[in-house]
Amino acid sequence: MTEQFEPLIIGFTCNWCSYRAADLAGTSRLQYPPNVRLVRLMCSGRLDPGFVLRALAGGADGVLISGCHPGECHYLEQNLKTMRRYWLLRRTLEQFGVEPERVRLVWASAAEGVRLARIIEEMVEEVRALGPLNWPAVAGENGDLAHVLSPQALHKEEVSSEEVVA
Amino acid sequence: MSENGKSNGQGKLAMYWAASCGGCEISFLNIGLRLLDVDEAFDVVFLPCVADFKVDDVRGYDNGYIDLCLFNGAIRNSENEAMAHLLREKSKIMVAFGSCAYEGCIPALANLTTQEATLRAIYLDNPSTDNADAVLPQPRTAVAEGELELPELYETVKSLDQVVEVDYTIPGCPPEATQIWAVLQAVIDGVELPPTGTILGADRLALCEECPLTRDVKKIDRFYRPHEKIPEPDVCLLEQGLLCMGPATRAGCGALCPQVGMGCRGCYGPLDGVEDQGARMLSAVASVMDVGQSTDGEAALERKIQEAVDTLADPAGTFYRFSMAHSLLRRARTNGDGRDGRPE
Repeated sequence: MTEQFEPLIIGFTCNWCSYRAADLAGTSRLQYPPNVRLVRLMCSGRLDPGFVLRALAGGADGVLISGCHPGECHYLEQNLKTMRRYWLLRRTLEQFGVEPERVRLVWASAAEGVRLARIIEEMVEEVRALGPLNWPAVAGENGDLAHVLSPQALHKEEVSSEEVVA
Repeated sequence: MSENGKSNGQGKLAMYWAASCGGCEISFLNIGLRLLDVDEAFDVVFLPCVADFKVDDVRGYDNGYIDLCLFNGAIRNSENEAMAHLLREKSKIMVAFGSCAYEGCIPALANLTTQEATLRAIYLDNPSTDNADAVLPQPRTAVAEGELELPELYETVKSLDQVVEVDYTIPGCPPEATQIWAVLQAVIDGVELPPTGTILGADRLALCEECPLTRDVKKIDRFYRPHEKIPEPDVCLLEQGLLCMGPATRAGCGALCPQVGMGCRGCYGPLDGVEDQGARMLSAVASVMDVGQSTDGEAALERKIQEAVDTLADPAGTFYRFSMAHSLLRRARTNGDGRDGRPE
């Protein structure tokens, strides 16, 4: 491979802290790699583990989850739930063969633009070193992910079965 | 099914096993005397577990000859897949019968490892196996009489709906006999069938809704494996630290396992609208863990949570015990290049 691999990282950020930190990094004209695509949640506690799985199965090479420091959650203790979920998910993903560097949980307050930019830089380099994830069972030939990211696939969850004979 | 214009007024019923244990057939036979009603309504045209039918019999049928095909078992080799295609072609209604056909079930736990490791565990490393010549199954073997063929074993175990179109699903490992009969009775009585894709023979609520154990406050600081703790009777198992898949599992079995002190295994699959049963259960379990506080300091907090999480043995195998083939990830990544597990 002559061209440098550019990892795709999906970043889930909390509205009250890490999203603001990313914003602060931007307004401060700090540079961080464009490999991370931020998704704003109201709280890191909103993060359904399924979001992470869908990101990985759908073509992401890594997932960054960020929230408020413990004790600073705007919804009291939801970030603690995030941490419990994260460690359960991490242990599960280890069994699925996902390197721990690919899914990270970090805390960043609204004032920590510099810290968040540095973490993103660090993570991009780590994932770059690991190489593409290309989730095995889902990627089609040539890494084509169209069928995973199609509107039909994404809306699958909303389709529910109708009457049940019981 | 009698209005289908068959000469003898009977519908044609088939039941086949792919990668399965035979439990689905046992459960089918467990409908007891109702079998006489089934026999009256249906002409059984393929049921290799119980009677002597040949695949050539099925090949000889016209397309759509079989009215109702109950297909159990996962798809893990080329024979399973070929039978799925054959029976799909010959059947008007194809039912994914039981957890294996529905979502991979126990066979699909092989997706957490490689084919090589699976074969090694079965044929070489198993302490009760005597295989001095290290013989492994081969797709083709030359013998004096000619060449013998075995089906090709797939790297990734699939569910039935990943290889053919499925009309209905009856979940469970195995489906409960009462539920099987409820579905068959509806078919025999000519009740209008629900839209295709519907889950039959199950409820729409979580298993907890039909579980008689008492629920109070869920706050656990660690997990116990079944042999580590004798559960208090009548108290929610999850509240006692015994992992129970009830919150993420479809009701319909009558909560049989929790009532005898064993946490729900999750065999009825996810609830409506849930794509990944394991992720949903993982989320629910994390919410009831009461470990660590904000005042602990970040390092101590993380350590406490890790220690508590590590009391849960085999999280992937627990959360995805039945739903691996239907999960978002479907299989583990086993060699890092991301290509080995691609479906055949």
